[in-house]
Amino acid sequence: MAVSSSSATSTVMNNVEAVRATLYEAMKTDDRTVILGEDVGARGNVFLITKDFINEFGPERVIDTPIAEASIVGIAVGMAMEGLRPVAEIQFADFIYPAFNQIVGEAAKTRYRSNGEYTCPLVIRTPYGGGVRGALSHSVSIEALFYHVPGLKIVAPAFPADVKGLLNASIDDPDPVLFLEHKKTYRLIKGEVPDGHYTIPLGKANILKEGTQLSVVSYGLYVHWALEAAQKLQEEGLSVEVIDLRSIRPMDKGTILRSVEKTRKLLIVHEDNKFGGIGAEISAMVAEEALFHLDAPIRRLAAPDVPAMGYALPLEEEYMSSPGEMAEAMRELVKF
Amino acid sequence: MAKTDVKTGTLERRGLSDDQLRALLRNMLLQRQLDNRGFQLNRQGKVPFALGSEGHEALQAGAAMAFSRGKDLLAPYYRDLGLCLGIGLSPYEILLSIFARAADHNGGRQFPNHYSSKAAGLMSFSSILAAHIPHAVGAAYALQYRGEKGRAVLATCGDGTTSEGEWHESMNFAAIHKLPFVMLVENNEWAISTPLDKQMAQPEIWKRAAGYGIPGRRFNGFDPIETYAAVKEAMDRARSGGGPSLIEGTCYRYLAHSTDDNDMTYRTKEEVLEHRKHDPVPRFESILVEYGVMTAQDVEAMRKDVLRETNEATDKAESMPYPEPKDLYTHVYEGAWEPWQ
Amino acid sequence: MATTITMPQLGETVTEGTVAQWLKKVGDSVDKYEAFVEVSTDKVNAEVPSPVTGTIREVLVKEGETVATGTPIAVIDEVGAATSAPSAPPQASHAPAAPAAAVAPAPAQAAPAFTNGAGSGATANGAEAVLRGASPAVRRLAREHHIDIRTIKGTGSNGRVTADDVLAASRMGPSAAVGQAIASSPAPAAASAPPGGTSTYGNPIPGTIVPLNQARRIIAERMVESKHTAPHAWSMVEIDVTNVWKWRTREKDRFERETGYKLTLLPFFIRAVVESLAAFPLMNAKFTPEGLYVNKDVNVGIAIGLATNLVVPVIKRADQMSIKGLAIAGGELIDKARRGKLGVDDLAGGTFTVNNNGANGSWASAPIINGGQAGIVTMETVVKKPVVRDDDSIAIRSMMNSCLSLDHRVVDGYVASGFLADLKKRLEKMGPEGSL
Repeated sequence: MAVSSSSATSTVMNNVEAVRATLYEAMKTDDRTVILGEDVGARGNVFLITKDFINEFGPERVIDTPIAEASIVGIAVGMAMEGLRPVAEIQFADFIYPAFNQIVGEAAKTRYRSNGEYTCPLVIRTPYGGGVRGALSHSVSIEALFYHVPGLKIVAPAFPADVKGLLNASIDDPDPVLFLEHKKTYRLIKGEVPDGHYTIPLGKANILKEGTQLSVVSYGLYVHWALEAAQKLQEEGLSVEVIDLRSIRPMDKGTILRSVEKTRKLLIVHEDNKFGGIGAEISAMVAEEALFHLDAPIRRLAAPDVPAMGYALPLEEEYMSSPGEMAEAMRELVKF
Repeated sequence: MAKTDVKTGTLERRGLSDDQLRALLRNMLLQRQLDNRGFQLNRQGKVPFALGSEGHEALQAGAAMAFSRGKDLLAPYYRDLGLCLGIGLSPYEILLSIFARAADHNGGRQFPNHYSSKAAGLMSFSSILAAHIPHAVGAAYALQYRGEKGRAVLATCGDGTTSEGEWHESMNFAAIHKLPFVMLVENNEWAISTPLDKQMAQPEIWKRAAGYGIPGRRFNGFDPIETYAAVKEAMDRARSGGGPSLIEGTCYRYLAHSTDDNDMTYRTKEEVLEHRKHDPVPRFESILVEYGVMTAQDVEAMRKDVLRETNEATDKAESMPYPEPKDLYTHVYEGAWEPWQ
Repeated sequence: MATTITMPQLGETVTEGTVAQWLKKVGDSVDKYEAFVEVSTDKVNAEVPSPVTGTIREVLVKEGETVATGTPIAVIDEVGAATSAPSAPPQASHAPAAPAAAVAPAPAQAAPAFTNGAGSGATANGAEAVLRGASPAVRRLAREHHIDIRTIKGTGSNGRVTADDVLAASRMGPSAAVGQAIASSPAPAAASAPPGGTSTYGNPIPGTIVPLNQARRIIAERMVESKHTAPHAWSMVEIDVTNVWKWRTREKDRFERETGYKLTLLPFFIRAVVESLAAFPLMNAKFTPEGLYVNKDVNVGIAIGLATNLVVPVIKRADQMSIKGLAIAGGELIDKARRGKLGVDDLAGGTFTVNNNGANGSWASAPIINGGQAGIVTMETVVKKPVVRDDDSIAIRSMMNSCLSLDHRVVDGYVASGFLADLKKRLEKMGPEGSL
C-alpha cells in the first residue's frame, strides 16, 4: 500500500474510527475547516463520527443544520467560495438527491464557469451501500449518478488507512470531492492506520493481490469480498489479480490497463446496478485501449437493474453479490 | 421629459449629496443605455441573446449606492445590470460578456448577464434560480465566522425565485444564525409569463420575514432614494451584527423576459403602457431638475456622455478576440485537464 | 505525387520474385518504412517497406504471381499529393532498403488445411469456427508470430485456442506445433481435408495434384541442377562417439541453462569438420570452368528440414568458433528457421554443408550436394552396439555413421576418404573431458 507517513507507528482501527480520527485532526490543524450537516453537532453524527467535536470546536464549527439537503450543500458551496474549507455531511447517500443541482450544477461548475476566478474546495461526506437491511432509503449506491460530471471528484476507500489518506487529500483538494463511506465497512473492516498526517493522492488504485490469469477491479465493500474470493481461487491454483480502485473520479486508468495487458481478462465487480454503472465506463475504456490484449469478453458482476435491494433478507441477498458468486464468476473467466 | 420649475421645497435625500444624486441618475441612464445596446446588437445579428432590465433602474442604482465597495459581497441574479455597474463593473466588462470575448471574466463561457468579479466582490452565479442564495448565505456565514464586522452579503432575486425551496432553506438558515445577510427581492410582478397572483397567495413577499423571525419591509423600487434608504438600513443592520433582513422593492418589468420571449402572449400592451407612466428614469430626471440638482442641459449632457461611454466600450469590446477552441479545456479542475480524468 | 513500386531484387543472382502476400489493399494508408507486401525469392520471404507515406492506389500483381525483378507491382499516392500519372520507376540497381525479417513459408502458406489441430472438430467448418472465435489477443499474437490459428490445439473452454496456446506454439516453432497438432489429433489428415479443398505438401491427397509453391519449385530446380552438374560420389565412415557423447552429456544441462539453447552433438561435429576442412582445403572448394576455387572462409551450412520445406542457414567463419560458439550460432539459426525468420544473409555464402540426418534413425544417406560446394557430410543416428576394440576385447560403444557426397570434379576418392578418416580421428579424440 503506497502510503508514506511521517510516523513509523500505526494504530489498528476500523473505517468509522478512521473517519473520526481524520476529521478530528483536520479540525484541529486548520480552523478554516467546518463541519455541517444533520445531527453532526450535539448528537455527534448518527454513527458517532463527530461525537464531542462540538464541545471541543464549538457550535460555529460543528453546525447542526435544519433538514434541508439542498442548502446543506449550497451553503457549503458559498462557504467554500468565500475561503472556508467546509466538510458537509449528507446523513445517508439516499438523501442526497435534493442536493443534486448544488453538487452537479453549482459546485462542479464554479471554477469552470468563472474561468478560474472562483473555486469550490468542498468535501461532501456520505455513508452509502447495503448489506445492513437498509432497504430502499439506507442502502443505495450513488457513484454512477455523479461520476459522469467533469469538475467533480469522487472517492470510495475500502480500508481504514485509505480512508485517512484519501479524506486528508480530499479536504486539501481545491475542487469539490464526494467522499463515499460504505456503511457496512464502518465497523466490519479493521486495519493498520499509520499515525501522523499523510495523504493518498486521488486517482491512484491499489493492487491488493497480484495475479496472472484474471484482473478483478472493484471498490468499497465488494473489494473485501473479491479479495476473499480470489484467495479461495489461489488455493485452487488459479491466479487472480485484485485491484481496489479507491478513487472513482479521477480513475486510475493506467493500473487497470497494465493489469489487463498482463492477464488478458477483466472482471469488474460492483454493488451498484449494472446498466450505466462504473463497470460500463471501465469496459468501454478497456475495449477502446486494450482490445488486442483481451482473450475473453469483459464481464461485469453487479446488482440487477431493479430500483433497490429489499428489506426482506432474501431480497437483499438476491440483489447483492456474495464472495461465492464472485468466486464463480472469477473461475469461469479464468477458465474461458 | 416633464417641464418643471425649480421647486423651493426640500428633496427627501436621505443623506445623499448632490454628487451622489447625480451618480444615481447616471447609473440609471447607463443601465438603460447598455440594456438597449444589448438588444441593438442582437437585432444587428452580432449577438445571439439579450436580456433586459428596464424598469429596475431606480431599484438597482439605489441598492448599489448602499453597497460598501471593497467590503460587502454581492450575490445578484441575471437582471442586475445596474446593480453590478453600480458596485464597480465597467461598461467594457459588461460588453465583453455580451460579445463572449476571451477577456470576459467568465472567458466567454457563460450567457451574458452572468456577471462575476472577484475584485468587486461579485459572486459567480448560474442561470438556476435561487441556487445562488445558499451560496450567499454560506459566504455570510464565512464573514461572521471570521468575525469580520462591517461586512455583509447583499443577495438579490426576482419575485419568481422566492417560490424555490432553496430560497426558503437559505432564509431559514440565515435567520437561525443571524447572519450578515440581506435578501433584496426585486418584485417586478412577472416570473417570465407568470403573474404574481399565480405565484403566491400572499402578494407581499416582505411579510414572510415574520415567518423567519427577522425584520422585513417593502419600499418603492421606482424611487432610487427610498431604495437607497431601505437597503442601507438593512445592510447597516447586517454589518453590525443585527442579523438578516428581507426587503422587497416594487418595480415593473417593461420588456419581455429576454429576446427569446414574446410578452404579448401573456399580457397586454395597455398594461405595460400603464406602468410606463411611472418609468423611474424620466421620473428621476424630472425630480433632479425640479429640485435644482441638475439643469435640463446637464441631463442632456449626461445622456450624451453615457452614450459616448457605451459606444467606446462597445467598440473596444467588439474588437477583442473570442476564446480559442483550446480554451474549452481549462479550469475543469485545478491544474491541466486530462481526458478521462 | 504517385510512386510506383517495383519487384525488388533480393539477392545477387535473383532475377525474379513472387508476391507472397499483400499486407495492404487498395485504399489502405501506409507509412514510410511500413511493410506493405511480402515478396518471396529462393525460399526466403521478405517484407518490403514502403518508400513513401501515402495511400495504396493500385495493386498490379496478384498474390502468388511471379514477375521479373524491376516489374511494377504497386502504385502509392503520396499523402497530400493530387492524383497524377505515377512517376517512372527508378532504373538504378535494385538493392532494396533493408528488407524486414524474412518469413519462411509457414503453415499458413504451405499447409492451410491443417484442420485437426483446432481440436474443435475435425471438419473445415470446425477450423473456420476456430478462426472466427479467436479473441483479439489470439489474433494479434498469431499475426505477430506468423502462426495459423487453425493449426493450434486449443486448451480453453470448448477447445478454444487461448492466447497462452498461441504463445506456446510460437516457442515451439511452426513445424513442432504442426507436429504436435498431428500427434494429438485422432484422425489422419486425409479424413479431415476440406471438402473440395486443395491437396498440399503437408496434406497430400491421393488422386490429386499438390500445386507447386515457390519453395518447392526452387528446391526442384536446384536439386536437378546439382545432380546433373556435379558427378556425385559417395563414401561413409563409422565413428565411435562414446567419449564425445559423454562430454556432451556432461555439459548439456549447464549449457542449456546458460544459453537457452539445446546442446546436441552437432556443434562438436562441426568443430571436427572445420578442422578437417583445414587439413583438406579442397573439400572447401568450388568447381568453376577457370579452376577449383578454394574458399578462404569456412562457412558451414546446416541443413534443416521443416515440415514442408528445407532450408540451409549458414554459420559464417565457423572455423573461428569454439564448440560453444558453434552451438549458440547453430541454435540461433535453427530457432530462426523454425520461426520462419531467416533472412537472405542467413542463407547465403555457404562453402560446405553438414546434414544432421540421424534424428529419425537414419543409418546412412546419400545427400545431394548444395550447388557450388564440393561436398556435404551427414551425421547419422547414434547406435549403441558391441564393438571389437584394438585389443580384441568387446565393448559397448556409441557408434555413428557419417556419410559424404562429393563433387568428383573437385575431389576424388583419395582426398574425400582422407577427409573422412581425418574427421573420424578427430571426433574419436574428443572428450570425455574438455572445455567448450
